[in-house]
Amino acid sequence: MWDYVGMSRDEAGLKSAITEIRALREDFWKNVRVLGEGEELNQSLEKAGRVADFLELGELLASDALNRRESCGGHFREESQTEDNAAKRDDENFSYVSAWEYKGEGVEPELHKEELTFEHCKPSQRSYK
Amino acid sequence: MNFKLKIWRQKNSKDKGRFVDYTIENVAEDTSFLEMLDILNEKLISNNEDPVAFDHDCREGICGTCSLHIDGRPHGPKPKVTACQLFMRTFKDGEQIIIEPWRAKSFPVIRDLITDRTAFERIIQAGGFISASTGSAPDGNAIPIPKADAEWSMDAAACIGCGACVAACKNASAMLFVSAKVAHLGKLPQGKVEAKKRVINMIAQMDKEGFGSCTNTYACEAECPKGISVANIAYLNREYLKAGLS
Repeated sequence: MWDYVGMSRDEAGLKSAITEIRALREDFWKNVRVLGEGEELNQSLEKAGRVADFLELGELLASDALNRRESCGGHFREESQTEDNAAKRDDENFSYVSAWEYKGEGVEPELHKEELTFEHCKPSQRSYK
Repeated sequence: MNFKLKIWRQKNSKDKGRFVDYTIENVAEDTSFLEMLDILNEKLISNNEDPVAFDHDCREGICGTCSLHIDGRPHGPKPKVTACQLFMRTFKDGEQIIIEPWRAKSFPVIRDLITDRTAFERIIQAGGFISASTGSAPDGNAIPIPKADAEWSMDAAACIGCGACVAACKNASAMLFVSAKVAHLGKLPQGKVEAKKRVINMIAQMDKEGFGSCTNTYACEAECPKGISVANIAYLNREYLKAGLS
């Protein structure tokens, strides 16, 4: 996540992040060791559950970033930049909020697009000049 | 550094509990006390042994979650630090370290070194808040507050609610905690409106939870990681007396 899914990300990096996370998750579920029982206060179980969540969330973050090929806000896709290296928006294709539906283990999540409509203020290229 | 650890193990609140000896080797001197326990737990897990349950959260001395009685002292031997800010260089190489949970009837052990401190939450719910509407942020100098009052309130507000005061007290009294909250709010004009109700309700809840009374040994101030002064307890008593008379 640190190397490939930071502020600045590109297609190749995001793809390798997803591959690495999937391998990590497989390793996690194969080799995780949780002691104690389920019916008592169990900090190991709590931590394992959290790691499992992070693995899932990490992959989702990376695939969402991969899907959004424009740059926008804190999401800077290196492929989408202006001549002076500022974030280049693509409102024609990406003016939506992504909601991903979980479809089960090993199945690609389904993308639901919530379209954004701007009545008064129109989104535009940010400029500090 | 190497250490011999004597750690309190208790499965749940009904279990009698006992000390178990562990050894830990090659601990870097800059390891924090909680990191040392993390290392021990890693070792226990790899040996298929139950890890030691202990409370922790921010690990930077401000959340009040860590609560270890180390060598008979809440938060260990160093004054004005929480257990998470205690480093292994404080101890001698090869030394034995005894680790226990907070010992107080009102803080029952949940497991190993974790105690149930929700009694503190209930005391806060009883009155440790301001419900009077104070509006939006006023101009900085619109409400004149004497410097001494502001300082007192800020010093009392440093309390992180860890419960070391209770653990240090032979009566398991929560008066340093309660007084810090009462002074923190009551010393400022916005908090004065509900001062009477607050002090009566918080003390009633404190008694209901089974905390003991203060007999002025000052152990709480000595062990408080935030150096909360016992002068707050005098303030609490004064406020309580005043509330009863008016």
